[in-house]
Amino acid sequence: MAEGHWSAKHLLGIAELEANDITSILDTAESFREVASRPIKKVPTLRGKTVLNVFFESSTRTRSSFEIAEKRMSADAINFSTSTSSLSKGESMLDTARNLEAMAPDVLVIRHPHPRVPHQLAGLIDSSIVNAGDGAHEHPTQALLDAFTIRRHKGTLEGLRVAIVGDIEHSRVVRSNVLLLRKMGASVVVAGPRTMMPRHAEALGAEVAYRVEDALEGADVVMMLRIQLERQGNSGSQLLLPSTDEYFHLFGLSAERLALAKDDAIVLHPGPMNRGVEITSEVADGARSVILEQVANGLAVRMAVLYLLAGVA
Amino acid sequence: MTELVTKSTLLDQAQIARVMRRMAGEVVERNNGIDKLMLIGIRTRGVPLADAMVREIERVEGARPLEGILDITLYRDDLSTIAPQPVVKESKLPEPIDGCTVVLCDDVLYTGRTIRAAMDALMDYGRPKTVQLAVLVDRGHRELPIHADFVGEKVRTSDSEVIKVSFMDTDGVEEVKLLDRV
Repeated sequence: MAEGHWSAKHLLGIAELEANDITSILDTAESFREVASRPIKKVPTLRGKTVLNVFFESSTRTRSSFEIAEKRMSADAINFSTSTSSLSKGESMLDTARNLEAMAPDVLVIRHPHPRVPHQLAGLIDSSIVNAGDGAHEHPTQALLDAFTIRRHKGTLEGLRVAIVGDIEHSRVVRSNVLLLRKMGASVVVAGPRTMMPRHAEALGAEVAYRVEDALEGADVVMMLRIQLERQGNSGSQLLLPSTDEYFHLFGLSAERLALAKDDAIVLHPGPMNRGVEITSEVADGARSVILEQVANGLAVRMAVLYLLAGVA
Repeated sequence: MTELVTKSTLLDQAQIARVMRRMAGEVVERNNGIDKLMLIGIRTRGVPLADAMVREIERVEGARPLEGILDITLYRDDLSTIAPQPVVKESKLPEPIDGCTVVLCDDVLYTGRTIRAAMDALMDYGRPKTVQLAVLVDRGHRELPIHADFVGEKVRTSDSEVIKVSFMDTDGVEEVKLLDRV
């Protein structure tokens, strides 16, 4: 009956998925795009299911995107965030997990500053777990929505050259994207300042460039990452950039630089953007930018993931 | 593992064509023409049925009624009892259904649960003037108070029997067979 459908209890990372699982999720997301065009943008599929969105790290768009996706599927969505959770009151992870489980959610969407917390929780509690970002490790739904957006424009991921520019070392978006794109037969080149490049960047499966021009040359897709200004020079964190001006000068995506990529290259950014730091407004608002489509596609992809997980939940 | 064995062919290709022509005529007769008439095929095998009826109506009336496709997967009442999840496909309605006479088309009417789901799905798209139901085969065993307005062939079946409808578009052959488990 099922045509080679992805069926799993959790979505922990892209690492756990095969190429045909990814295709199955993206194909399902295509069908969910249509729901957004209806007068009543809601289907009864997850009626009676409870989804907890537990965010131990601040997030507006990912959390909102999950919440809208859950509500469009008729699930009951409840949000927890650090400021309101007991973790700041000294509760241990295991106790938090047990408390969450006692509320018997069918699905737990979790973001946490530490890598692999979702994986640990998956072993501790009964709910389906969706990783909404764990430290610098993975952010699978972001990579899936990026892939979905690229596929809608290019028809396929296979054979594409994708340039990813920014803070490669501290980005879970990069990790998940490189894993996914490599599994789907695309080639990836990452570029960024040496201070933001992991020592063994090639181990990710990507080519490494230290000049943004080298990465952009011949690219089908350009993915610009957010420079996390809030993490620059704060207490305890290293200063990785001399100045944002210098970053823009060396790595920022301007129309001139974009001209190095293929004529039909598209530009992605996971948001929120720092205009004038990693990208100019001309490019961000230009015809090649698909940044707002990414947001809309994020809903369809998250609905698809929730739908597919609920079969096992 | 039970095996399915063909007991008989209920309709062959020529008979299916005749039955669909008759149903198309009945739809137009009942609705006094094709004004605001929309035939919606329920995926998968309601789609070729709706398509054939639309073509027949166009041939006779000289104008084409509206045609749509409905995927009812997200409205099924058994999603929590089956795994893995069934494949979801897109619904495609040509224009808003408000005020339309909608004829839902499906291959087999059995428990009525598919039609219940289809009506729920339909209401999320708007408020049709009326909703009618056309099925190629009505095999009985209803579990819900639902009946068809246009029926190709009524068949008495037992619970263990299976009706297998094949269309050229979806299956490469056009026939309706009665099978039984052994």
